[in-house]
Amino acid sequence: MQQLLNTALGGLTLGAVYAAFALALVLIWRSTRVVNFAQAPMAMVTTFIALVVIDAGYSYWLGFAAALVSGLLLGALLERLVVRHVDGKAEINAVILTLGLFIVLHSLAAVVFGNEYRSFPAPFGIRGFEVGDRTIALTGFGVFTLVAVLVVMGLLVLLFRFTDLGLKMRASAFNAEVARLLGVQVGRMKTLGWALASLVGSLAGLLIAGGSLVHPGYMDSIVVYGFVAAVLGGLDSPAGAVVGGLVLGLSLSFVSGYVGSQLVALAALLILMLVLMLKPGGLFSSTTARRV
Amino acid sequence: MLTVDRLTVSYGPITALHGVSFTAARGEITAVLGANGAGKTTLLRTLSGLHRADSGTITLGDEPIGSVAAERMPALGMAHVPEGRGVITELSVEENLRLGGLGRPQGGKVTDADLQVAYDLFPVLADRRAQQAGTLSGGERQMLVIGRALMARPQLLLLDEPSLGLAPRIVAQIFALLRDLVADRGLSVLLVEQNARSALSVADHGVVLDLGRVVADSDASALAADDQLRHAYLGF
Repeated sequence: MQQLLNTALGGLTLGAVYAAFALALVLIWRSTRVVNFAQAPMAMVTTFIALVVIDAGYSYWLGFAAALVSGLLLGALLERLVVRHVDGKAEINAVILTLGLFIVLHSLAAVVFGNEYRSFPAPFGIRGFEVGDRTIALTGFGVFTLVAVLVVMGLLVLLFRFTDLGLKMRASAFNAEVARLLGVQVGRMKTLGWALASLVGSLAGLLIAGGSLVHPGYMDSIVVYGFVAAVLGGLDSPAGAVVGGLVLGLSLSFVSGYVGSQLVALAALLILMLVLMLKPGGLFSSTTARRV
Repeated sequence: MLTVDRLTVSYGPITALHGVSFTAARGEITAVLGANGAGKTTLLRTLSGLHRADSGTITLGDEPIGSVAAERMPALGMAHVPEGRGVITELSVEENLRLGGLGRPQGGKVTDADLQVAYDLFPVLADRRAQQAGTLSGGERQMLVIGRALMARPQLLLLDEPSLGLAPRIVAQIFALLRDLVADRGLSVLLVEQNARSALSVADHGVVLDLGRVVADSDASALAADDQLRHAYLGF
């Protein structure tokens, strides 16, 4: 019983992190129709910025804020200076470009921040809560992670569903030319989409790093899991990304706890393949095929 | 309302429009006619700022708009209605309309009363307001793109092939609506059409393009009565 509970709690916490990362992927997909493979190193860079601030003696929260702000700026800058140039070209160009950014950011970070493991603090306890005389696998930081992800998801749903800005962002992504004819400043919407996605990605980076070790490659495995979570949720819906993340986190946690931890990556790919074959529009889509 | 003077436009090495000049008068429907490849779509894309002219001027009211960006046109009172495929299929009917309203010169919130104006014009859209626009029929999509353009309260409406792929009954309905809009709201319309017979039946004035040149520019009734012109360029 205790193992079941702990496996579930661990899965939820892990899933929340995948969800955060999937949210960032969904945001860029929603606003520019690009799958951003550079999301992981972008978040890694901003997490290192937080670490620099914290190591300089400032509080965790100042580092946290610095990472989010630099995420916002980094996303906007990359869109304006790099991604903008392949706008209007074949979609694969943008995807390849984000892969290129992945490698560049990785190498730059290794040069600037050093290619070694450094410990990253957590603002809340990373020891499990005690219930009676038992310790359960839910930590203060885990609760913080879950709450942060749900809040961000809520804000994104509000933005896209209920604001004029969100409507303009969606219109720009779905049909840039028609959006322009209706007076939408499509370029600005895309910059904003990248900035917001990068901000959410930075949050994911901080949540993954909290109470753990960071390294220029520490986010890389999250790309796969975050991507699977986003696809599970349909790649287009913030709520889907969160549910996808939690489902994936729980599944992998159970695979790891009851089957064998070496099978986790395999299980993730298996889930991805099953979803793409059976429900290509995501778990919640009514259609069985996706028009790309 | 709209004056085009010696407009020359090319796509790469191909010159699509050769010194095209005409005027679309205020409060009238001006039809631009011609076969496929006559340059109609190029003309429309250039007028709405999606493509730049090599030379020549475009004037809206008193304002030269030849170098104005497409996204600023709604604020100047010009709305481009792309043909029916221009609905944003992934958004709901209401979101499409709301988006149109955001382009108004005055800015500000799009109210339910604003939306109601469009629904009164096209009651079928009211029934489908929450549906994805991609689920609409061809005629309904055409109504949606026109309704959406009107949300910005334009003075000049540029219409790209509104009859394309629609049943004659629906075309007649849409053209009748255009007439009402011109009469009731003082709207000016530039109607680009391949379906010359229907277009001339509703237009006040007509301009005929052939291979990027204006070959006729006259009253709609005069164009419709010119047998030679009709056979040579208009196909009826």
